[in-house]
Amino acid sequence: MGNRCAIIGVGQTHYTTKRRDVSMAGLVREAALRALEDAGLTWKDIDAVVIGKAPDLFEGVMMPESYLADALGASGKPMMRVHTAGSVGGSTALVGASLIQGGVHDRVLVVAFEKQSESNATWALSTHLPFSASLVVGAGGYFAPHIREYIRRSGAPEHIGHLVAVKDRQNALKNPYAHLKIQGINQKMVESTPMLWEPIRYLDTCPSSDGACAMVLSAEDKITDSTPAWVLGTAMRSEPISRADRDTVSPQAGKDCAADVYRQAGITDPRREIDVAEVYVPFSWYEPMWLENLGFAAEGEGWKLTESGATALDGDIPWNASGGVLSSNPIGASGLIRFAEAALQVRGMAGEHQVDGARRALGHAYGGGAQFFAMWMVGSDKP
Amino acid sequence: MREIAVVAFAQTRHSATDDGQSEAELIVGVLDEVRAKTGLRRFGFTCSGSCDYLAGAPFSFVSVLDAIGAWPPISESHVEMDAAWALYEAWVALQHGDIDSALVYGFGKPSQGDLREIMTLQLDPYYLAPLGLDQVSFAALQASAAGAGRAELDEIVRRSRADGRANPYALDLPDPAGNDFEVEPLRPYDIAPSADGAAAVVLAAGDLARELCENPAWITGIAHRIEPHYLGMRDLARSASAADAARAAGVGKGHVDVAELHTQFSHEELILREALELGEGTVVNPSGGPLAANPVMATGLIRIGEAAQRILDGGASRTVGHASSGPCLQHNLVTVMEAENG
Repeated sequence: MGNRCAIIGVGQTHYTTKRRDVSMAGLVREAALRALEDAGLTWKDIDAVVIGKAPDLFEGVMMPESYLADALGASGKPMMRVHTAGSVGGSTALVGASLIQGGVHDRVLVVAFEKQSESNATWALSTHLPFSASLVVGAGGYFAPHIREYIRRSGAPEHIGHLVAVKDRQNALKNPYAHLKIQGINQKMVESTPMLWEPIRYLDTCPSSDGACAMVLSAEDKITDSTPAWVLGTAMRSEPISRADRDTVSPQAGKDCAADVYRQAGITDPRREIDVAEVYVPFSWYEPMWLENLGFAAEGEGWKLTESGATALDGDIPWNASGGVLSSNPIGASGLIRFAEAALQVRGMAGEHQVDGARRALGHAYGGGAQFFAMWMVGSDKP
Repeated sequence: MREIAVVAFAQTRHSATDDGQSEAELIVGVLDEVRAKTGLRRFGFTCSGSCDYLAGAPFSFVSVLDAIGAWPPISESHVEMDAAWALYEAWVALQHGDIDSALVYGFGKPSQGDLREIMTLQLDPYYLAPLGLDQVSFAALQASAAGAGRAELDEIVRRSRADGRANPYALDLPDPAGNDFEVEPLRPYDIAPSADGAAAVVLAAGDLARELCENPAWITGIAHRIEPHYLGMRDLARSASAADAARAAGVGKGHVDVAELHTQFSHEELILREALELGEGTVVNPSGGPLAANPVMATGLIRIGEAAQRILDGGASRTVGHASSGPCLQHNLVTVMEAENG
């Protein structure tokens, strides 16, 4: 793992459907300035910038780090652009942490963003001939069959997804940055929304958001914050999209990635030893699916954990206290937001959605055809 | 820093025309080659560089991941940049000390579109793209600012193309001829000819590197810097970021036998020679460089690979590989490599 790395600053924009008042540069700068302010630092204290976002087609700007270098104070510094599909926000944090763990830099600014209102992500994600004969539209079209297979295997009742849809939106009401604020959200409301990709109803999906998130990462001897979050473990795993015998419902790469992070952080029983998890759940059913994939529940048992209320804010293992991807989804930033919210929890700075006494938190992101995984474990105690 | 070396390099025979191979097919051969050279099937870390816009579809790197055989699942990442930056990310990962090998690759298939038009999408979409200046127009502004002499540029192209003809992986291009301007003062042959291609590099640490090859190309310095995007904020006649990166990588700490520079236009060689303070004793782009074949997104990695290969072959003791990104050399990466007792 190399040198110790800590998170000393977090900055987010208020996620919303359209940020017409700012350019892409303005958006990322807003998040970066808030992260610097949180860390009590200025641009000159930053050694390097790492930026991540999902496909460039989402905004129509190719390799935007070139254009965003000025707004992120990167001039004269190293700057990198990460792209690992939907997991990119998580990978961006990991590349930043790697620069510190490798002893290359003392302070790194990591930023991820998406300005979905510039384009149409669903169509940008629908690849066409000659690259592949795509039979689906958008991410929902791709993932719905995997969800149906999960339901078939586990025998989960159909309301489980709706429970997650409600729980995460209730959490979002406590998060000032969350996009969706649905007062009085309940199961009936979710059930009454149109079916998009069976079994995914409208309110079982994530929104399309504009937004950016940033973090300041620091080497141990350059910490400015009295309550840093310490990086306890980091891992990325990838597997092919079309390997014949791969399990797309509970991918091996997800299991391996979690096992690697748990090993580094000394976690043997995630359900008991992790206090809060921010997990990439863009469609409600992915909560029970990832509960199993990440070892919080036995195979086929994840939905029972969700149904029991264990993953609610007042449950014994809160998942997505921030409202999660279901409540805010600037795609390229969504993974980084998970990682940042995990850090906020162990710093005790999550505000109204703070999980009392959170000392160890998991940040998780996935992407592609559920084949790219990025995770980190952060803690309040120095490793 | 931990001792890390380039232990193997492979590249495609780059093609100026579409040979009917997919991006995944382009990469398979070079991966097989570096696996055969090192005997390694699994790597501690894998990192790649590519650009979705060359295909005009999202996730170029996803189908390529299938081609590399990422099973059981691998520890892997990707930069939407030239693969030279993927090599940098892998070098950083190797510094942690818990893995000893890394696979780096990059690929590009610019024959699928009009590169010159595509590259305009890299500009600030609000203030620069609407001006209608394309990549060559930008480069022409820099060539004018640098005040490059025509005879000097012609000689750079003549030398690069001659070297390229001797390099089986580069294009076969005739000596430069003709008086037409593409965008004054640049002639068509001043522009690096885009090509379809791919490349792969294997990095290894310490003893593993010594085990895997006779003459590891030890990376003694690697650094990169970016400059402001707006040309008005820069002195176009110079490359401050290349000079800074060269200083940070320690180029000037010894004699440079060979430098492979990511020159997408002939005049960039003059600017980069000055920024890297390369003297008469340094052979520049003996492979022919990008002016003899420019497989976009792999071109920078190939510069590092070519520079490393001189050491792997035992012919050079200290070489430099350079990569660039962004309009008018906005972003530069410099790698210094040395032989064991260089």
